[in-house]
Parts: sequence; C-alpha cells; structure tokens
Amino acid sequence: MAKEKIYARPNAVTPNKPLRFNSDICNGCNRCVEICLMDVLIPNPKKGKPPIIMYPDECWYDGCCVLECPRSGAVKMNHPLMQRVRFRRKDTGEHFRV
Amino acid sequence: MLESIAWPYPIHYGKEKKVSTDVLVLGGGVAGCFAAISAARKGARVVVVEKGATIRSGAGGAGCDHWIHTPNPCSKIIAEELVAYELESSGGYCNGLSRYIAARESYDTLLELEKMGAKIRDTEDEFKGADFRDEKTKFLFAYDYENKIHFRVWGTTFKPALHKECKKLGVKIYDRTMATSLLTAEGKQGGRVVGATGFNVRTGEFILFKAKATINCLSRHQRNFVFSSELRGLSSFRPPNIAGDGHAMAWRAGAAFTMMEKTSPTTFGSGYSFPAYGSGNPYNTWFPCTMVDAHGKEIPWVDRDGRILKSVSERTRPAPGQKFMGERSVTYNYKKPQLVPDLEERIKRGEFTLPLYADLPAMPEHERRAIWGLMVGEEGKTKVPILQVYTEAGFDPNKDLLQSYQFIRGEQIKEVGLPQERTTGEVADAGGLVVDWDLRTTLEGLHAAGEALFAANYFYHAATTGRYAGRKAAEYSRRVDEPLISKKQVDEEKARVYAPITRRDGIEWKELNAAICRVMQNYCSEPKNEELMRIGSLWLKDLEGNEATKASADNPHKLMRTLEVMDILVCSQMVIHASLARKASSRFLNFIRLDYPLLDPPEWHKWITIRLANGEVEIGELPIDFWGPLEENYEAHCGLR
Repeated sequence: MAKEKIYARPNAVTPNKPLRFNSDICNGCNRCVEICLMDVLIPNPKKGKPPIIMYPDECWYDGCCVLECPRSGAVKMNHPLMQRVRFRRKDTGEHFRV
Repeated sequence: MLESIAWPYPIHYGKEKKVSTDVLVLGGGVAGCFAAISAARKGARVVVVEKGATIRSGAGGAGCDHWIHTPNPCSKIIAEELVAYELESSGGYCNGLSRYIAARESYDTLLELEKMGAKIRDTEDEFKGADFRDEKTKFLFAYDYENKIHFRVWGTTFKPALHKECKKLGVKIYDRTMATSLLTAEGKQGGRVVGATGFNVRTGEFILFKAKATINCLSRHQRNFVFSSELRGLSSFRPPNIAGDGHAMAWRAGAAFTMMEKTSPTTFGSGYSFPAYGSGNPYNTWFPCTMVDAHGKEIPWVDRDGRILKSVSERTRPAPGQKFMGERSVTYNYKKPQLVPDLEERIKRGEFTLPLYADLPAMPEHERRAIWGLMVGEEGKTKVPILQVYTEAGFDPNKDLLQSYQFIRGEQIKEVGLPQERTTGEVADAGGLVVDWDLRTTLEGLHAAGEALFAANYFYHAATTGRYAGRKAAEYSRRVDEPLISKKQVDEEKARVYAPITRRDGIEWKELNAAICRVMQNYCSEPKNEELMRIGSLWLKDLEGNEATKASADNPHKLMRTLEVMDILVCSQMVIHASLARKASSRFLNFIRLDYPLLDPPEWHKWITIRLANGEVEIGELPIDFWGPLEENYEAHCGLR
C-alpha cells in the first residue's frame, strides 16, 4: 500500500459528476464552459485540460455542453445514480438499466 | 478532491459600464430573442441582457418538441376557438389577451423562425406517409391529427437560429449579465421605466442600461416552495436560474401583478426523481405511446366518453362530436384520449401488475420514430440526457420497454410527496405582470412578453408575444425622449447588489432559499388561512431584515445566486399578499382557504391585482375578461394593419 497523505476534507456535494470528461480527447477549448446556462463550469487553470465542474449541484442536465462539444467522446453526461431508469427487452424479458 | 481554485475571470467589483439604447430586452430566452429581432427590424437600437449564454439560454434554449395552438393552412380551427378552449380549461384564469395575439400570429412567427434557419417541417422526408404528416407542406402534427393545430418541430434548431439572427441584425447581446433592477424616472416607484441595472456574473462589473423602452422577458417566478440543496439544478422544471428576477424587479418599481396567489401541486418533469421525459409514459412528448404492465398486458386507452379505443390511430382523432383536442385535457369538450382513468384501482385489485412500461416496440413505425428520435430528441433536455445516454446504455426502441414510475413514485403526474411541496406552476400558467393590448405593463416604458406575462405558458406563446412586444416597444421608443437616470437610485442599487460580497461567513444562498421554501410550505400552501398566511408574511419579513442582511457571497457566481434568492424572497412575499387578498377558495387557482372554503363564488370570479405604491401594498381587481372583445382590440392594436 503506497504511503498516501491523508487529509481532513468536507463531504463533497453529492451528486457531483454530471459530466465525465475524457482528457485524452478533450483539448480544453472550453466551448462547453461558454454555453452552460447555469455557469457551473470553469476553465481549468492548466491549459488544454478539461474544465472543472465547480458547481455540479446546479447542473440542470440539459446537455447543451455535450451538444456543443466539437470532439466526439470528449464529454459525456452522467445522471445521478439515484436517477437511473430501468428497461426490459420485450422478447426475452431480460432486465437492463441506464 | 476539489481544491480551491483562483477565480478564473478578472474581478471588476465596483467598476461601472454605461450602455444607452432604444429598446432594452431583459432576458435572452425565446421571448427575449424574438422581441429583440422584432424591435431591430423596426429600426431600433437593441440591447439584450442575458444571465447565461443567449445561444442556448432559457426554458426553451435546449429544445422544443411542440409548437401548439397554431391556426394554419392545414387546419380549420381559428384563433377565437383556441382562446375559448384556453379560457374554458382555466375557468377564465388565462391571459386571453396574449393567447389571442399568440393564436393570430404564431403561424407567421413559426415561418419567420424557418427563414432564420430553424427546421420546422419534414424536409428530409423521414416521415413520408405518416398519419401525422401533411404531404403538401411536410408539416408534422401532434395529438389531434384531424385538426392539425399542434406542430411537431425540431426545436433544438430554434435558439441557435434566433441567436444568429440577433447578431445579424446588430442586436448588442450582453451574456453572463444578470439584470438586477429597473430604473425609473426620478427614481420614483411607479414612474416611467428608463432602463435597468445589471452586473456581469463572472467579473462582477456593474452595468447601467439606459433605454427609451424596456421589455421584461425574464419569465416567471420559481423555487418558492420546493428545494433540494444538493439537487438544486434538478428541483425546478425550468432552468434554476429562472428565479423570478423579472417579477421582483418590476414589483420594486411599482408594476401591477395578478394571479400571484395561484400555485400548483408539483407535477411532472422537474427531474427531481428521474430525468425529465426519461421514463416510460403516455403523455406530452411521449403521446400516444402504448403502455403495458409487467406481464406485457396492454393498458386500454379510452376516449372522453369512456369507449375503449381499438387502435393507436384512434388516440389521435377527436371523439364523435368533438371539435378538437386541446393540449390540456381539463374539460370534457377538449379532452384527449387517455389510459383508463381507474388504472390505479385496477393495479391495486391485481388486474395489472407493476411495474408498467412504455411499449415503443408495439407502436407503428412512424409513431415510434416520432416519439423516440424526434420528440425525445428535439424537446429540451432530451437529445443528450435521454437519447444519447440511453442509447449508449443499450436502449433500443425497437426492442425495449422503458419503465414507468408513475404508480411507484408519482413521477409524471405528481412527483414530490407532500401537498405542501407545491410549485408556482411547472406546466401550468402562473402569476405575472398585468398588461394591455400593447403588451405594456402598468408602468410606462415597460413592456413584457413570454412568461413574465400573467397567466402565460408555452414556447409558441413566448415566441409570438416576444415578437409582438418587440415591435410595440420599438414604436414606443420612437415617440419618447431620451430618458434621464437618477444617480441616487443607481447608487442605492449598487450598494444592494454588492452588499453580499462585503460580508464574510454569513448565511449561504442555499440555506436561505430552503428557509423561504419552508415558510411557504408551512404557511401559504395547504392548508391556508388568514392567521397562517400573516405569520408567513411575518416570517418572510423577518428573514428579509435578519438573515438576508447577513447573506454573503465570495465570488461573482455566488453573488448571482444570492441575489436570485433575494428575488425569490420578494416573489414569495408577493404570493402571500395576493393569497391574503383572495377571500374565497378556487378550484382553478388550486387555492383552498380553510376560512373561506366556498369554491369559486361568482363575486370572486375576477383577477386580484397587487402592486407597491409608496412602499405600501395596494390591492386591486380586474374583471375576469378585462381585455374586452378579442378581435376588435387586436385589430386596433396589433400595428399590422
């Protein structure tokens, strides 16, 4: 077990990941930051890196950020876990979930 | 995990920018953009002030599935019939004036949107041969395929087209700018509106907008009853940054409001439980989807007379003797087909087994593709959150049944549990500004459009009234002199706006919002009486004079949120004032008073108005049909003749 420094930190606002960025695809163009109607994102201090979701609790989950993104796969929407819906395959009866 | 990061934008607290224009549009949503375009076409200099980014802001920014109540060449229904339906469904408590304007001009408004580059018809022939398509015009229709008054549209293309047109016409857009107050002649309450103040929500810079005419397109009040401190973004139907700023500003300036006493039980789509439109259901965006139970047993559909419908196509035809189907099914005359109304009992009796599912695979191909792919896809909050996310999770509309949560959690019909957890109306009309046939408020120099209007609703209505108010405001601006701003009024507002950033460790905006909502739930919801509401009023006054004066914000974003909560406080006070004034219960207004239990006595079938005059609340009233003869007044005022 690596010796990791432990910190006292408050509980994170929950849910807190309305978006998942792929830093291999995202180039930090920040078009998502500019379009967000709730202004929940801020540009990453490190240029070229994905934005920071500063106010995840304010996200309206409209997805305009994902729509605006010019690089497929750079950002995806992530619904809160307690908001996942289920579906069933009609012919086999097999159960699935989002 | 989240460290503190230096604020990424330059801070300009205290810095003041001055802007002067002919027509000032507050709010860059659908109503605001159309107002701006309309005013610009009339030759006015136009400024738009928008809290978010105009290209996608507002309740309609993310998309729109239906453009409803629109007489058009494919239909025989006329404007008068549509307004009659609206008035019947609301018991008279609907803005007949603005609904008539909307019915007369919404088709032209839709065509204008197309010229701007939006997609309003099936140009790619994806639905050739569909029951709901008019082959000649390629328009697609919803709900009532015989009367064809509700269009199915590609609403994700609308806002970007409007934004582009604004820029093309030279409209000056101030994005990331929150409007905070209206400026009045000599700084007096009730005086002519001469502009507005605002601040940049990233830099904190203060902006002074001087204008000959101002249009309030800031939508309705929200967030007054239901709160979730961690699902803040998801516990309101419309974008949460719609906080009644427009109402609060106009109230402080002395404008008259009506129907502020109306609230509604929470209904569908706030996203509190599940993503809006993202669970199986037969309503609205998903109409007329077949529903089945856990064993695949189909739930029967009935028409307004209770006859079982044998086919899907019967769900989209009026019943024998029915004129047309309204978007809302409140009264017998306009009721749409629905699932058997005693479904809940039948489930309890064991006839149907939970959970229920939306059976897209069973739908005719055109309907399936219209629901999943067009409606779910073009409606706001669906293209990415539902279509993209669910498809990536493996959902296939040809093979899969999407679960319904209606009888498990009340989702789609009544989401949150207690009767106290109301809203000011999600999909229903709400209280707002009193206006005349010029869509002018009771304040000179202030027009209004969209859901800033009393008893207003819907995308098509916001667009059309915005377009109307824009040309009216432009006309007015040509008739008046350059306005004078009161330095005293500006300085007082600047102090009010910046107060939270001068404080440290005060109460945060969320807790204050939650406290306001709790007061409204306990003292002005269900049940209501004079004593409870008076205590509620005392409570809000106390919060205003106590905790609200200690609210602190440590960056411009939080300052925006804090000022929103101040506006929510004002709107909540307005709701209580109006509720105290209505001394009768009303079914149509969802308004029940223990001390005045009689429902809708004839002498109370009227509009109660409220406004501030010399700092005191003044109660008034208007006859239920105060707008007078519809066609005559429209023709006299529309300015198109």
